Amino acid sequence: MRTLREAKVGERISVLKITGEGPVKRRIMDMGITKGVEVFVRKVAPLGDPVEVTVRGYELSLRKADAQMVVIE
Amino acid sequence: MSVKIALAGNPNSGKTTLFNALTGSNQFVGNWPGVTVEKKEGKLKGHKEVVITDLPGIYSLSPYTLEEVVARNYLIQERPDAILNIVDGTNLERNLYLTTQLLELGIPMVIAVNMMDVVNKNGDSIQIKQLAEKLGCPILEISALKATGIKEAAQAALQAATQVSACKVHNFSTQVEEALSAITNRLPQEINENQKRFYAIKLFERDEKILQGNMSAAAFEDIIAKVEKELDDDSESIITNERYIYIGEMIKGCYKKHSKGNLSTSDRIDRIVTNRWLALPIFALVMFLVYYVSVTTIGSYATEWANEGVFGEGWELFGATIPGIPVVVGDFLASINCADWLQGLILDGIIGGVGAVLGFVPQMLVLFIFLAFLEACGYMARVAFIMDRIFRRFGLSGKSFIPMLIGSGCSVPGIMASRTIESDRDRKMTIITTSFIPCGAKLPVIALIAGALFGGASWVAPSAYFLGIIAVIISGIILKKTKMFVGDAVPFVMELPAYHMPTVSNVLRSMWERGWSFIKKAGTIILLSAIFIWFTSNFGFVDGSFGMVEDLSDGFLATIGNAVAWIFAPLGWGNWKTAVATIMGLVAKENVVNTFGVLFGFAEVAEDGSEIWDTLAASFTQVSAYSFLVFNLLCAPCFAAIGAIKREMNNTKWTWFAIGYQTIFAYAVSFCVYQIGAVITGELVFGIGTVIAILVVIGFLFLLLRSNTKAPNSKVSVSIPG
Repeated sequence: MRTLREAKVGERISVLKITGEGPVKRRIMDMGITKGVEVFVRKVAPLGDPVEVTVRGYELSLRKADAQMVVIE
Repeated sequence: MSVKIALAGNPNSGKTTLFNALTGSNQFVGNWPGVTVEKKEGKLKGHKEVVITDLPGIYSLSPYTLEEVVARNYLIQERPDAILNIVDGTNLERNLYLTTQLLELGIPMVIAVNMMDVVNKNGDSIQIKQLAEKLGCPILEISALKATGIKEAAQAALQAATQVSACKVHNFSTQVEEALSAITNRLPQEINENQKRFYAIKLFERDEKILQGNMSAAAFEDIIAKVEKELDDDSESIITNERYIYIGEMIKGCYKKHSKGNLSTSDRIDRIVTNRWLALPIFALVMFLVYYVSVTTIGSYATEWANEGVFGEGWELFGATIPGIPVVVGDFLASINCADWLQGLILDGIIGGVGAVLGFVPQMLVLFIFLAFLEACGYMARVAFIMDRIFRRFGLSGKSFIPMLIGSGCSVPGIMASRTIESDRDRKMTIITTSFIPCGAKLPVIALIAGALFGGASWVAPSAYFLGIIAVIISGIILKKTKMFVGDAVPFVMELPAYHMPTVSNVLRSMWERGWSFIKKAGTIILLSAIFIWFTSNFGFVDGSFGMVEDLSDGFLATIGNAVAWIFAPLGWGNWKTAVATIMGLVAKENVVNTFGVLFGFAEVAEDGSEIWDTLAASFTQVSAYSFLVFNLLCAPCFAAIGAIKREMNNTKWTWFAIGYQTIFAYAVSFCVYQIGAVITGELVFGIGTVIAILVVIGFLFLLLRSNTKAPNSKVSVSIPG
């Protein structure tokens, strides 16, 4: 099971599902990372965390710990 | 009859610009009851009876953030006559997500698609008519920045407010719709007919915060669980997924993106600004510029002008000398033969005390221009992106860096700069720790101790900064593990908005709002404290009769100093003079030096107090002097900074907690420094004090190393009265 955390910079990936529950999961989904959406991994912050992705036409940053909740193909 | 219109939309959608354009200068800024979220209301230009409420910028109506809870409580309980939903046309898909939720509230709604000029310039296209048909409510194209289409949008919202029928809402999948109608049927009678769908969806999501009275999601568990099993997901996710699927299908036909491959200007800027290698140097450069201009050059010039010109002797303007306020008022009071004590109160107490604080205002305004610009152009979000890794380790936010940096100049604007931190918990933590960083006014105290006791040793000043940074880190870790802060971790899932040039008027307006709120709110507490200190230091009993005293050592303050001196004895400096100097430090930290000067019998002393070095050296040892320095650096800041804390916490209990924490922390650290240091240098022999100090150190280590307290409930606990 691969997650967004393991995705490489420059990769274009498709989201399978979001694991976990509660505020973080809801927030990730509210921001548009939902089942089936295409996500482009844009870059990693200079200190290695968080990551920046392009989703639904805009830029979103999330911590690697939270990116682990996003299961990808 | 008054009409209430709520302005709702995502952060960075141009909501503030639109609000300013709609209301002009007719605004009232305050806070939502009981919370630190800012509330703005204004009257629509040309319509005195129309009140527009600017809701916090939100992405969703979930129960998990303070802003979202505030917004939805307002929409449900106050029921505005219409909603004006602003949608960023360049980011249509995600912006419409909030729109689908707002539509369910059963309130007439008008959508304003903003930044249409940018959309057209990019060669993209939005079929507004088609979109309006699908959403079932009026949609208008606007550009808040260029002020086009704004009047029409306001007019449409006004018209919608007079209609009773709300917009149509979209349908979820069959299974969900069945569940929703089953829940709707079981809802209590007292719920308004057109709010029922909203409640049903929230109950289906098991949203505990929406529940009122005897409603409970548990009562619908059978319905919810059945759908969850059928669709193999939790109910909250089912709803979110279906909303985005619905939006995706809806905009398929009416939204065309022209250029997929090309990088936008914003992308190109970001390639450099958040580049793996360049990001940190660029960040350092930006911070240096902000600090250099607002604290050292223009800022200090402005402060000097305010302190020594306006609140001092006077200043020059085009060759003409304009007398300072104390001079003018003093002349006036003398001319009407005002009583001496009253003159003293007004000139030294009120104008002197409040002036010392208001003197910071010009510097703050310069800083606020920078902050407003950095926020509005989109760089502030990048700051959080770049610095998050470091700061979250000790419970702070990436954006905490800016308050700390500014705080090294002056804590007051530093604390005010914490405004830019969205998360309530991170903001509170930053406010509490910012004043640990030595500010400019503490430098004379450091110079005094370094010069008098350590022969001007060069390590003293750096050690003060080091101590400040360590205090921030230790406090961050300790506080983050306490019950107060552990419950409400906010996920760092943050939008990096496209860069854009803010308008001059928006930047100036933001600067003025912050500056004015400081003058107003901080002003009261500072005024009272100034009067109190003036009174206690100038009045007392001399030869058995009460009256004004010539000598500070006869005043009440000296009596107070004597009475509290024992408290400081375990820190190694339990005499009344040092106690009084510490108390006077609350007015302004550089007062510590002046007070020593006065108490040791010098009328005027140099900034570093070199005249009193010998006398001071006699009443301290090196260890007790360093303990005195530590206490004065870390304890409650000056009244101006306390006023800023009060302003930003917007809560008396939290203000007291902050001051109390700082003072106790300072006491504990100074205690350990003196008790352990003195044993090492042979000043004291090993005794009870040493044992207690070692226990305190162990206590610190325990607080630092213990595992996180379990949160009783992982949701944000928000209670909003009314």
